[in-house]
Amino acid sequence: MESNESQWPLWEVFTQEDGGAPHEHAGSVHAADAEMALQNARDVYGRRGKVVSVWVVPSDQITASQSEWAGPFFDPGADKAYRHPQFYKIPRGLKGF
Amino acid sequence: METPQTEHTEETLNAAFEARIAAGDTIEPKDWMPERYRSQLIRMMSQHAHSEIVGMLPEGNWITRAPSLKRKMVLLAKVQDEAGHGLYIYCGTETLGIDRAELVDQLLTGKAKYSSIFNYPTLTWADIGVIGWFVDGAAIVNQTVLAKASYGPYARAMIRICKEENFHKKQGYEIVATLANGTPEQKAMVQDAVNRWWWPSVMMLGPSDTNSPNTAELIRWRVKRKTNDELRQRFIDLTVPQADAVGLTLPDPDLKFNPEKQGYDFGQIDWDEFWQVVKGNGPCNRERLQARRDAHEDGRWVREAAEAYSAKHSRTEQSSAA
Repeated sequence: MESNESQWPLWEVFTQEDGGAPHEHAGSVHAADAEMALQNARDVYGRRGKVVSVWVVPSDQITASQSEWAGPFFDPGADKAYRHPQFYKIPRGLKGF
Repeated sequence: METPQTEHTEETLNAAFEARIAAGDTIEPKDWMPERYRSQLIRMMSQHAHSEIVGMLPEGNWITRAPSLKRKMVLLAKVQDEAGHGLYIYCGTETLGIDRAELVDQLLTGKAKYSSIFNYPTLTWADIGVIGWFVDGAAIVNQTVLAKASYGPYARAMIRICKEENFHKKQGYEIVATLANGTPEQKAMVQDAVNRWWWPSVMMLGPSDTNSPNTAELIRWRVKRKTNDELRQRFIDLTVPQADAVGLTLPDPDLKFNPEKQGYDFGQIDWDEFWQVVKGNGPCNRERLQARRDAHEDGRWVREAAEAYSAKHSRTEQSSAA
């Protein structure tokens, strides 16, 4: 047994279920190439027939935000209450706006 | 992008982490976490993943001898699910910064543990029914709670598993019910399987709270939300009426409903047996590890061939692009 054997690269898997849902991160698989990554993703994350589409992306190709930035990075989304409908007043008693 | 210039000492980071845990936040892979949280999760999650993988062996033993084509297809699908469950959890464990190859190596060298239950033999077809009913039943009790674990990738793997696991329990219980309603020999066979699997299944939920060094810490970090003894009680309370419904007896004369606690009292657990099996002296420990080592070695040429094929392809693509 050799612990230094090389490992197939890691791929992130995104699956789409039927009914028009968006692709959603399901998990990851190891595979030697993209074709095998798709097949492995189908076997691991699509065994129950609901999946209609799969994306696989080499894990090292994903750029992600850092969690320590979370405050400042997403700040512009938090301080604009006027982006939400609750910010606005409509006449009382009006039904079915 | 610049990181905000705040002084992050280990102490302030730790305090912030504990506050997030206390607030019920989900911890994600890129979040700061204490090394101890990381190492405890790696230990717990990899043990769980190994259990799914080794768990294929006792059931795989009966695939070629399933009594009908239907039962054979079901068992194949279940065993394939177990492989998938192992992979979900390995993938979650890798987000903690450890390679699956290293985890598998820990299993094959005997450094890592897996669930003690899979070191018992499957002697008859009835064992396959009882495993689905008891072992998957106990696993569901445990995993339903772990689906709320504080570490996001673990919780998400558990949600995925729980959605699939009910089929496992139900197909097992159906086998049990069929045999229990069959010929006297079939009923005797399934009662014998129940007698052999009951106590190991009760033990499978882990050492008693008084003797479980990791529990307090894991509960505080909301990795575990219930103690081993609480999970055990829940498993027993769920299972007793299911045994009654098919006319089978659980091998514990002390098993009796206690209206005060609204649950069943049960007899003494033989913890010596449990620790013997954990330490490697169960009936099948050596056989299970050897089977995993053989499978790993037998698959080596496939891994190497796929790698060579991929390397050759990328060379061809490069030269045709040039």
